[in-house]
Amino acid sequence: MTKKVIEIHGLTKIYTMGEVEVRALAGVDLLVDEGEFLAVMGPSGSGKSTLMNILGCLDRPTAGTYHLDGVDVSTLNRDERAVIRNAKIGFVFQSFNLLSRTSAAENVELPLIYGDLGWSREKRRKAAMDALARVGLQGRENSHSSQLSGGQQQRVAIARALVTDPAMLLADEPTGNLDSRTSEEIMGIFQSLNDSGKTVVLITHEPDIAQHARRIVTVRDGLIQHDDKVEQLRAGTHGIAPAVPPIAPEANP
Amino acid sequence: MKSSLMRISNITLVGLRAIARNKMRSFLTALGIIIGVGCVIAVVAIGNGATKSVENTINSLGTNYIMVFPGAVTSSGARMFSGNSTLTADDADAIKAECPAVSYVAPTVRANAQIVAGELNWGTSIQGVSVDYPLIRSWNVADGTFFTDQDVKSASKVCVLGETVAQNLFPDGQAVGQIVRIKNVPFKVEGVLEKKGGNMMGQDQDDTVIAPYTTVMKRLSGKTKIDMLQVSAASAGQVQEAQSQIDAVLRQRHRIAPNGDADFQMRSQEEIAQAQTQQTGILRMLLLVIAAISLLVGGIGIMNIMLVSVTERTREIGIRMAIGAKGRHVLLQFLFEAVTLAIVGGALGIAFGVGASLAVKRFLQWPIVVTPTSVALSFGVAAFVGIFFGYYPARKAAKLDPIDALRYE
Repeated sequence: MTKKVIEIHGLTKIYTMGEVEVRALAGVDLLVDEGEFLAVMGPSGSGKSTLMNILGCLDRPTAGTYHLDGVDVSTLNRDERAVIRNAKIGFVFQSFNLLSRTSAAENVELPLIYGDLGWSREKRRKAAMDALARVGLQGRENSHSSQLSGGQQQRVAIARALVTDPAMLLADEPTGNLDSRTSEEIMGIFQSLNDSGKTVVLITHEPDIAQHARRIVTVRDGLIQHDDKVEQLRAGTHGIAPAVPPIAPEANP
Repeated sequence: MKSSLMRISNITLVGLRAIARNKMRSFLTALGIIIGVGCVIAVVAIGNGATKSVENTINSLGTNYIMVFPGAVTSSGARMFSGNSTLTADDADAIKAECPAVSYVAPTVRANAQIVAGELNWGTSIQGVSVDYPLIRSWNVADGTFFTDQDVKSASKVCVLGETVAQNLFPDGQAVGQIVRIKNVPFKVEGVLEKKGGNMMGQDQDDTVIAPYTTVMKRLSGKTKIDMLQVSAASAGQVQEAQSQIDAVLRQRHRIAPNGDADFQMRSQEEIAQAQTQQTGILRMLLLVIAAISLLVGGIGIMNIMLVSVTERTREIGIRMAIGAKGRHVLLQFLFEAVTLAIVGGALGIAFGVGASLAVKRFLQWPIVVTPTSVALSFGVAAFVGIFFGYYPARKAAKLDPIDALRYE
């Protein structure tokens, strides 16, 4: 039996705006195995962002349980969630979110600094270099964000997400600010990371980006509406998802 | 323990990098502290210098020095300062003869004149005194001799030059035996006084010419009364006694009842020094208050810019929190930034203050004393200002919600 990275039961989130209660999530159940590549889709207002915030331990559910990599994170306080985010989650954002006027290596090193691992500066630096090499940025360690293209900045962000060797990569619209060719490159990086065993959760509203994943979960009105394997969608055994030409022959079905 | 040390050093690293990324803003933030601390250092240095020079003057004059000035007179019931002095040379003789606690008395008259020697001339003040003067002031001649009692009695046209005057009129150093002309009256130079330096007001005491008071009254000023008496008590412990004896003698000579208003006044060196110290003390307090206010303003400046900085860097804070910074990390980072700016500002302020003090010393010739205490104190105050005014913005940053902060444009 494979290890569960995400184990969610009856996840509910209610925002109170004045006297109105908004039910952003209405009892979501979701299981994600280690090594999966999951895309979460849904229109704006579907609860997709709320789910992403809770998955990323940035927010707490109103009800329900969430186990991340075996740890119950639904009841943790702010600081405990910060520790979990640092150790178990690698964030990749739409707008890259690198520190400005800071070199690529220093950006990548940052999670290690907060991780309080007791590493020496040299060790941290080496880990940052290795992570940058994994995303194909060797030689650009000392470049500042302003000297890098959008695609390169997103690679730095992926390296930063990788450096702590987290249980999952959580990518929120990672290609939203990139042109289609660069988007393909970035999705290629996610795929190859997934091939090497990394669990990836991708939040997107673009169907063709979601096609890079192996499994697509569609959220609507605070509930999971569809949960499909991409192979099935391609084979046409499911009628909902738009027909998208297959991108590449799958290496392992 | 090791891990918490590690964490502190990591936060320092993060904070230092944040400061280095925004050099201009960091400098402007620190500027208030630089100026504040600089002011404190300079003000304290100048204040200490003034106090020090007062002390020096007391030491150089000796604690048994007393001055007697003419005072107000009562004429037909009206009390006023008359244009004329109430003191005479005979008063001086009487005091010396009748007051056992007094050892020396020098009647003193003053005049200003241009002094000519050959082709050179020099404007200075002329003091007419008696032979007791060098004993009262413990001021000896370096070259030649002082004039004699006989010179005073016969109002001889002789004089002794202060070192500054001697240098200006006789650059080759051959002053003794030469003739100088004061208001067209030829005076023979009997001697040159040793160098005395500046007094507590910063005046050059060597810029003077000393002559018999009789000569100055008769030949130069035309006055018949004297301007003041300079008196030396027999010992420092007898100053009070000497003052009451002088009071008694002068009242008797001026026919003033023991409870009547005196037409003279006395100041001992100690009283003068006290008044002077009090004055410089008040001035120093005033300047210190101004400096403290500027330090406060500097602190508010730090708080202001840190608050703006927190808002401006909301997204950065969100990123840091998303990748694992705890509230405490963010708090410490911003606090560290504020304190570092304050301390670096303090250090630059100390350099600036010491530099300004030295410049004042050099160009205005003011006595300046920079003490390690004032340096340490202002450094400590700067650090405190950093913590105090840095805490609120830092706490604000630490309390941000990571989701909102990440969404902040």
